[in-house]
Amino acid sequence: MDTKVSSAPTAAVAGSARARSLIQRLSTSLYLRPRLVLALLLGPPLLWMMIIYLGSLFALVVQSLFHYDSFTGQVVYRLTLENFQALLTPANLEIFGRTAGMATAVTLAASVLAFPLAYYMARYASPRVKAVLYLAVLVPLWSSYLVRVYAWRLILAKEGIINWIFTQLGLQGLLKALLGLPVIGGPSLSVSFLGMFVVFVYTWLPYMILPIQAALERVPRSLLEASGDLGARPSQTFRHVTLPLAFPGVVAGSIFTFSLTLGDFVVPYSLGNSSFFIGQAVLSLTGTAFQIPLAAAFTVVSMVIMSFYLLGARKLGAFEAL
Amino acid sequence: MSNSTFPAIRFSDVSRYFGDVKAVDNVSLDILAGEFFTLLGPSGSGKTTCLRLIAGFDQPTSGSIQLHAQEVTGLPPYERDVNTVFQDYALFPHMTVEENIAYGLMIRKVPRPERQKRAAEMLELVRMPGMERRRPSQLSGGQRQRVALARALINRPRVLLLDEPLGALDLKLRQQMQVELKAIQQQVGITFIYVTHDQEEALTMSDRIAVFNQGRVEQVGTPAELYEHPASPFVAGFVGVSNLISGALAAAITGSRETFSIRPEKIRIQPSGSAIPEGFCSVEGHIRDVIYLGMHTRYLVELDGGHDLTVVEQNLDTTSMDVLAARGRRVRLVWNRSHNRPIAARD
Repeated sequence: MDTKVSSAPTAAVAGSARARSLIQRLSTSLYLRPRLVLALLLGPPLLWMMIIYLGSLFALVVQSLFHYDSFTGQVVYRLTLENFQALLTPANLEIFGRTAGMATAVTLAASVLAFPLAYYMARYASPRVKAVLYLAVLVPLWSSYLVRVYAWRLILAKEGIINWIFTQLGLQGLLKALLGLPVIGGPSLSVSFLGMFVVFVYTWLPYMILPIQAALERVPRSLLEASGDLGARPSQTFRHVTLPLAFPGVVAGSIFTFSLTLGDFVVPYSLGNSSFFIGQAVLSLTGTAFQIPLAAAFTVVSMVIMSFYLLGARKLGAFEAL
Repeated sequence: MSNSTFPAIRFSDVSRYFGDVKAVDNVSLDILAGEFFTLLGPSGSGKTTCLRLIAGFDQPTSGSIQLHAQEVTGLPPYERDVNTVFQDYALFPHMTVEENIAYGLMIRKVPRPERQKRAAEMLELVRMPGMERRRPSQLSGGQRQRVALARALINRPRVLLLDEPLGALDLKLRQQMQVELKAIQQQVGITFIYVTHDQEEALTMSDRIAVFNQGRVEQVGTPAELYEHPASPFVAGFVGVSNLISGALAAAITGSRETFSIRPEKIRIQPSGSAIPEGFCSVEGHIRDVIYLGMHTRYLVELDGGHDLTVVEQNLDTTSMDVLAARGRRVRLVWNRSHNRPIAARD
């Protein structure tokens, strides 16, 4: 009896010791093989990237080189550049110009609006206020973007709140004059480039605020003090020190706002008129016309525009601010 | 240019509170023109806050600060004829060395050729000629330090403020820079106000030192005055090492209960029970610990009453084997009575 009682805990201790030594041996052997650990860590995500991500990109590029038989409506697997030739029609070139122009305008407006807020968050806000502001910037991203765009359509509509405010302030004339402008105007804010621009800026603003804020946060206070110490007024310090050091953050944010505007189809679809944007063209070509090769060619062009944009951004040091 | 009848900087009853914390507590201080003046104290003693008050980065809660008899309280940094060398150097990372140095001139719209000429002169002064095109990121710590100094001096300020500028450098470079800084100060003749917590650095460079403790100035004086005649127990302990002796132990040694300090290097170690020379103080104890420091040895001697005294002896003839063997030995400590420094114990 005695021996039985005393032997049970001994066995348990021995068992746990053996288990521990197994984990220990495994840890040690992994510790001594850092390359194996790296392979285990990166293997699954790399596999995913190679097959799903790069694979679909490759499929896209190949699709853009296939022939589309307009008579049968079938894709013929024969390599050709005719889709890219088709892009060169004046109507299609206009779509590229319009989309890139909108993306540029949205990016500029977003950076001008985002900078003061980002500056306040980085320089002045207490940790508490900063947390609240982070939340305020991020919360809109939690709700469906489609719902928000439709909400904006109501806000901007002729019967909507913006029109009502202008009327209450006796400024209907101003709104009418704005909508009367060529190109950006339209019958109402909810069917105009102006309205589309407002919604784009609203939607992508968080992606501009956060990188600028991160860049400003990394400017040490002592640099600003040094500038003042050397005789610079606050406005001079801003121009010569703050802005140059935060600029990579602005460029980083612009990568988001520019590319997101370039590829979007929901906003032009909901608030636009008959003048297409790239995203809309792709949507209608894939959805209704089922002309996959031409749609792929459209997408390849916007990828090329984005590649040039990223090259420029890299030159400006944007990737150090991400 | 500098008017010698007025101090370069005058603090009159200056206080700076952060909430309930008295960072600077009713400080009055005159710093003379052309002086190398050091604000010495432990971290949190108010010395850096004082420097920031002079630079204008911070404003006093009460009191006034004058720069060459001109009231500067309430003026922003860019309207004060004062420049600063920052602890982290604060070089602009997006500018070259030359653009950094000439920043103050660029702000004052000095034409480019003159900016380049003067920047080159400053690089010569800090012994970095030909480094104009480098970026701060390509420089070593010591070189950044020199560029920061050149950038501040190019504006020919009336007062140069240095906020622990050598703190990040290694010992050898620090000692070399101490000598250079002092030489540059004498060459340009500008008032230097230097903040440090390193008493050795303060003693090396300063004409005068103000010792700070808990927001107050404990004592102002030349290095020799502070070392030889510390005005308070704090100064005695912070500037060099001191043995403070008070109460019954003081009475046993000198016949009076009055507190006095005795420097470790003034005390000699003799065999227990040996003769006491005329005019010397004496006390018996045993060596509790020995720290061999190469050039000299520090002994911790526990007196029979239980009090510890620190004694430093140069290793003139002794080796590490000799001094380490002394641990535990009974000894008699003797020192010349004239080295006792009475200290008014405050509070």
